[in-house]
Amino acid sequence: MSAFNGRNRSEPAISTASLPDIVFMLLFFFMTVTTISNNELLVENELPMATAINTLDKKDRLIEIYVGMPKQELAKTLGNALRIQLNDQIAQITDIGPFVLQELSKKPESIRNFVTVALKVDKNVKVGMVADIKKELQEVHVYKVNYTTHQGESGNQKF
Amino acid sequence: MRRTRENPEVHAGSMADIAFLLLIFFLVTTTIETDKGLDRKLPQEDNQTSIVVNERNVFRISLNKYDQLLVEEKIMSTDQLKDQVIAFLDNGGEVGTDGTYCDYCKGSRNPELSDNPKEAIIVLNSDRNASYGMYVNIQDQLAAAYNTLRNREAQRLYGQDFDQMEDRYYAPESNASEKNILKERVETIRSLFPMNISEAELNVQSQNQNL
Repeated sequence: MSAFNGRNRSEPAISTASLPDIVFMLLFFFMTVTTISNNELLVENELPMATAINTLDKKDRLIEIYVGMPKQELAKTLGNALRIQLNDQIAQITDIGPFVLQELSKKPESIRNFVTVALKVDKNVKVGMVADIKKELQEVHVYKVNYTTHQGESGNQKF
Repeated sequence: MRRTRENPEVHAGSMADIAFLLLIFFLVTTTIETDKGLDRKLPQEDNQTSIVVNERNVFRISLNKYDQLLVEEKIMSTDQLKDQVIAFLDNGGEVGTDGTYCDYCKGSRNPELSDNPKEAIIVLNSDRNASYGMYVNIQDQLAAAYNTLRNREAQRLYGQDFDQMEDRYYAPESNASEKNILKERVETIRSLFPMNISEAELNVQSQNQNL
């Protein structure tokens, strides 16, 4: 017994010397995996869920269009109707065609044929709005679209 | 003189706190963006040619403004839709117009349903006031139905799932010779079950979009 008592008396302190390293590793992990969105969202953007999905192309081959209600804190200035956001500006539906063409011309020629338009549309938006956007895209001969979603089963299934 | 002799140690005790602060800052400011979605190709605008199709080869889905689903004149919930679409596509009723009989179809050969998956067309009509969430849900169910059938055929012909083949095909690390084989296989499977989804006409009854 005395042998054990002797050991117990001086408890070794847990070394915290490696703690900064661990935290730094976590930090670097988060810095590498998160993609920082380069434009601030002005509209609500709760994407729908889907399961049979493809992974989007690289970011430089995407043109993003956000659609949704204005954010609560912006409702005073932007009103409470559906809004389209292109880059960091609120736009009209007729701006979509010129915007897409302008974005296309910024891309290097070699990847222009692979550019996809990512429609990031809030799930409460009406289909008619999306149909109008698709029509605008057809008019400028951009046919590749992606309905951006989250992965998962959709919860509220009405019939 | 005494000072220079022994180097003062840098105090590293607060390093962890600093790193934690940074970590928390990144956690708070970054929003993880989704990079998943349903890829679709819009029809060419000038493609206004009308084709004659047999009524049995058309599968009609309508979505009304209350987000209710009408499939072939029956009200249905979305979770039943996938099985219905599979039954329709995989039916393999009769010899098609190009004289080929769908020998890989495992359906019930119901005279009401499609002749051949190559001729089967799914027509999706949605009201302008239906919600986009529901619309994507339907698109997702349709894609899931096609994926199921394509996976089955890919397993039968090549012993591999279709989506795996597709992933390998699009992966940048696959080499050229592998890609060539995969390209042919992917195209074969796609031609067995081509995705023909038409969204010909959307209701234009309510134009009160306040934009």
